[in-house]
Amino acid sequence: MFEKKHELLRKLVREFAVNEIAPYAKEIDQTGHYPEELAKKIIECKFHCVTIPEAYGGCGGDTRSNAIVTEEIARVCASSVSQIMPNSLSGTPLMLFGNEQQKQKYLRGMAEGTMIGSFGITEPGAGSDTASIVTTAEKDGDDYILNGRKCFITNGPVCDFITVFAKTDTKAKGVSGISAFIVEAAWEGFSRGKVEDKLGIRGSKTCDIVLENVRVPKENLLGREGQGFKICMATLDSGRITVASQGLGIAQGALDEAVKFTKERIQFGKPISRLQNTQFEIADMATKIQCGRLLVYDAALKKDSGKPYSQEAAMAKYYCGDLCNDVTYRALQLHGGYGFIKDYDIERMYRDARIVSIYEGTSEIQKVVISGHILGK
Amino acid sequence: MNILVCAKQVPNTNEVKIDPVKGTLIREGVESILNPDDANALEEALRLKDQYEDVKVTVLSMGPPQADDMLRECLAMGADEAVLVSDKAFGGADTWATSNTISAAIKKAGSFDIIFAGRQAIDGDTAQVGPQIAEKLGLPQITYVQSFELDGDTVTVQRQLENGYEVIRVKTPVLLTAVKELNQPRYMNVKGIYDAYKKEIPVWGIDDIPVEKEVVGLKASPTKVFRSFTPAPKGKGVMLEGPAREKVANLINNLQKQHII
Repeated sequence: MFEKKHELLRKLVREFAVNEIAPYAKEIDQTGHYPEELAKKIIECKFHCVTIPEAYGGCGGDTRSNAIVTEEIARVCASSVSQIMPNSLSGTPLMLFGNEQQKQKYLRGMAEGTMIGSFGITEPGAGSDTASIVTTAEKDGDDYILNGRKCFITNGPVCDFITVFAKTDTKAKGVSGISAFIVEAAWEGFSRGKVEDKLGIRGSKTCDIVLENVRVPKENLLGREGQGFKICMATLDSGRITVASQGLGIAQGALDEAVKFTKERIQFGKPISRLQNTQFEIADMATKIQCGRLLVYDAALKKDSGKPYSQEAAMAKYYCGDLCNDVTYRALQLHGGYGFIKDYDIERMYRDARIVSIYEGTSEIQKVVISGHILGK
Repeated sequence: MNILVCAKQVPNTNEVKIDPVKGTLIREGVESILNPDDANALEEALRLKDQYEDVKVTVLSMGPPQADDMLRECLAMGADEAVLVSDKAFGGADTWATSNTISAAIKKAGSFDIIFAGRQAIDGDTAQVGPQIAEKLGLPQITYVQSFELDGDTVTVQRQLENGYEVIRVKTPVLLTAVKELNQPRYMNVKGIYDAYKKEIPVWGIDDIPVEKEVVGLKASPTKVFRSFTPAPKGKGVMLEGPAREKVANLINNLQKQHII
């Protein structure tokens, strides 16, 4: 499943995550502020552009590499995954559908660390039901005029551009009239909502993006008109592996904390790791984590081998979303009262886990995808 | 400018296990790493490469085939080339036999303006191989380098002493051994890792380097290990708290109780 380069990569990320990110994880969660120095170090190691092709300044890495980087970073700080978003949501639409000019500008910008991108599909009235988006893009000469509101945009408060999905054909039924545009934050009519006050991944900044008569030149149409839904689905298919890796990392991090704590915590005259309940819980968590790991890397390997992977990615996302919620719950339970106190990392992990079964396709949507593959649509 | 860095793969543990019969290190089952001082040596070479365009950094290591992993790490940090000197005939060598092998390999590798080595390896702790290589190559050497500057062909370094340092100026070519205070080694980067696995790392055996077979390996090593053992760990000391007068009284009391005084 892994090559030598993957093993060395894991060694690097693990060392980096433990030495550089972990010391800030608590502060990042509490303040919602991401230290610039740390963001810079992540860029120096090129964790943020693993999957961007070399031709655009990236590393040209595969899906397994991205999963490894995501897993190991999430293991110590789930919020930090937003720092490597070019590997998934902000980069994938460009990698798959961008033309040369768009790639040179936006992909390269992200790879070089001078641009932050984001991805805008969700709207107040269109979450899982993507087809119901109401953002519009009206043709005006060589330009499009965009109007609408996107919500829950990861990196929205700091992004330099966003891939926006909007209806170019309002009469078309369902998903066929949707197109994708690269919209720069500096353009007139672009504005941001307040930064959301979230339960978890508080170091990953989220807000609404509001578009009021934003004039977008036709060069910034991504792919072709009407191709938006396809671009969106292809991006989310691949993004599922990343989110699954994040869930896997959170679960592993929670298990690490449980192991550490239960070996130190003395009750009934001995470390609670010597109690059978603890042992069985640890065994159960570790086994489930291994299942999640195999699902993630199986999907990643299928993608790297050019095989269909949509069903596997959905399974990995569904399973790891539940996995990290289950494992953080149980690891917190093993901490007893201490797990409820912010001094312990497990408290943060428990909150961070909650988003994984929700964003980039809820667990329920994953089940729709999986069953669709099995039963036919 | 050509720079050579000598690096060693070492077991990552403070409890180095030793073969009681051969008196050599047991490497199996222990995670292996780039020797920490050698990482400082490599970092200083890479800083020169960052600074000057024409710098080429080659890393050379003598060790078993799995030292390839460590050399890939050096490449992923930014070294241009790596060479592994590996042969059963070199096995079990002490510092004298090792430096015979390495200096011969360096002769084959080319001519170098600066050779950086780590002060010592955490497994053997001898600090001898670097200086011996310099002797055998007829190069000036400066050990315990804690700061380094290059101006044309003149190297100015601070050589660490117990209570200070001396400033030494020398012309290249020169061999320097690095201490950890010299710098903070950089991380590898993702692209560097991919590139490292695209490169070839040649493996030189005994027939590939200009060395006589009689001066390498265990048999040629003048060091004979009489006996090796792991010292029994000492118990925890007792810390006495309180004002000085009380502590002294306590100490005398304790020593008397144990019939030490």
